[in-house]
Amino acid sequence: MNTHLLLQLVVNGLIVGALYGVVAMSFVLIYKASQVVNFAQGEFLLIGAWVCWWLLTTYQLPFLVGMLVTFAFMLVFGIALQVVVLRPLIGEPIISVIMVTIGLSIFFQALCKWLFGVFAQPFPPIFSTQAVSILGLEIQTVYLMSLGISVAMMAGFAWFFRYSKHGLAMRATAFNQQVAQSLGISVRNVFALAWAISAVVSSVAGIVVGIVNGVSSALSLYGIKVFPAVILGGLDSVVGAVIGGLVIGVLENVAQYVDGQYLHWGNLYEIVPFYVLVVILMIKPYGLFGTRDIERV
Amino acid sequence: MSQVMTLERPIPDAAPAPLLSLRNVEVVYDDVILVLRGLSLDVPAGSITALLGANGAGKSTTLKAISGLLRSEDGEVTRGEIVFDGARIDGIEPDRIVRRGIFQVMEGRRIVADMTPMENLRLGAFSRRDREIGQDLERVLTYFPRLKERTGAAGYLSGGEQQMLAIGRALMARPRLILMDEPSMGLSPLLVKEVFAIIRQINRDLGVTILLVEQNARAALSVADRGYIMEQGKVVLDGTVEELRTNEDVKEFYLGGAGDQRKSFRNLKSFKRRKRWI
Repeated sequence: MNTHLLLQLVVNGLIVGALYGVVAMSFVLIYKASQVVNFAQGEFLLIGAWVCWWLLTTYQLPFLVGMLVTFAFMLVFGIALQVVVLRPLIGEPIISVIMVTIGLSIFFQALCKWLFGVFAQPFPPIFSTQAVSILGLEIQTVYLMSLGISVAMMAGFAWFFRYSKHGLAMRATAFNQQVAQSLGISVRNVFALAWAISAVVSSVAGIVVGIVNGVSSALSLYGIKVFPAVILGGLDSVVGAVIGGLVIGVLENVAQYVDGQYLHWGNLYEIVPFYVLVVILMIKPYGLFGTRDIERV
Repeated sequence: MSQVMTLERPIPDAAPAPLLSLRNVEVVYDDVILVLRGLSLDVPAGSITALLGANGAGKSTTLKAISGLLRSEDGEVTRGEIVFDGARIDGIEPDRIVRRGIFQVMEGRRIVADMTPMENLRLGAFSRRDREIGQDLERVLTYFPRLKERTGAAGYLSGGEQQMLAIGRALMARPRLILMDEPSMGLSPLLVKEVFAIIRQINRDLGVTILLVEQNARAALSVADRGYIMEQGKVVLDGTVEELRTNEDVKEFYLGGAGDQRKSFRNLKSFKRRKRWI
């Protein structure tokens, strides 16, 4: 048994899992606030990564500036998407909204291919050292950054929902829209804010993965990968999304280890998350942290 | 059309303009169901005004028409006007109505069950931008000291505590008018007394005007200054609390046990005849 490799893979799994957690969180945010299952979540990563790449390569912006401009763009993009496309759909059947988000996903993928081409494009080098060694484990610098950003995002979410006025408003809207309205909360604004935050947070993940693997339409697969994480955690739990993301990340990498060392089937890690998804739906359809309403008897 | 009808209503002389007034308000749900059929009422500033009536009379609909929550239930004010503090508010988004100073305590409390009482209270102040929110939080907690000890999810509070929380949350918005929908619902008689004492207290201490919708006519009239009685989407009787209390019809149909002999529902006709259609 190759302990060192296993350890390395588990650490990688945790880092990638944290990234899944971040995307899952932004997915749950939209679902919780506006009851929309957003199948275009992966495209948020894609668009964010392409925009950042474009700013960095075309305008030679420093990385941090480019990233901030990308955030600003995603903020506006998220609001615009909600206002233009999803707001008119409020009150329509869920299946219609789902079809629209699937349509958006296809549309944005095609748009990105049209604008930026079909080939993976590498980010300009950002860190002077590609990888650092911690306790004998090789960890890519960008992964360290990714871990830092992920943790910061999670802490930000926790703070936002617990202490900020708009976070509370979002929770109230998730609880009951009419109740939220009766408290003076504009439900429309909450929806727009949820989409905006979700787009920004997802773009962070897109940029990080783009730096590691290059920017290509493969990024949007993250939107699908995130489903097992979200379902595992419970569709409406932010904490669950993070834990689900970590679990899926680790499972993926352990599957790769098992596959590589013993089974030699190839690409097991690609499908393991979805096996997990099926099993969870069978035995615990609300996920680990999904809430059912409080019933006081 | 509605303008003409507005003029028909006699305006009591020398009375100050009411804080809230509804004129011939008609509400339709789902484009077809007529719920309010030309309802008119006045809520004088600083008063507790009770709106009484049987199930399905349209009391809650009236409150939702005022607070703008009607639209989330596919309802719409199709005629008439709602005037608050001299400006029309019908057709305005509910969050703007809250900003103008009207706060509805919805039927069944409707506190956010998965938040703590404190978070619920802070949410009440959502529409405010001033810096005195913390101060008000302290004040509300002096009214309802029990809420301070409850740190778990508000959904696990008792019915009475939830009602207190709902009222406290309304106070956090510093409203000028609170619309209260059935505060006595599901509470024991003792708690009903307590809740109504608090309603009276916040009206006196803070000068908040209250429009109170109740099934429990006796409890409502015990704190109110004026009352309206609704039936089938219209006001059929109104007056001061004394007038209503001594009115034979009100006694018989809303307070129960009036008169010497039991009356049958056949006599409802006589009641109908005596009604004043406003």
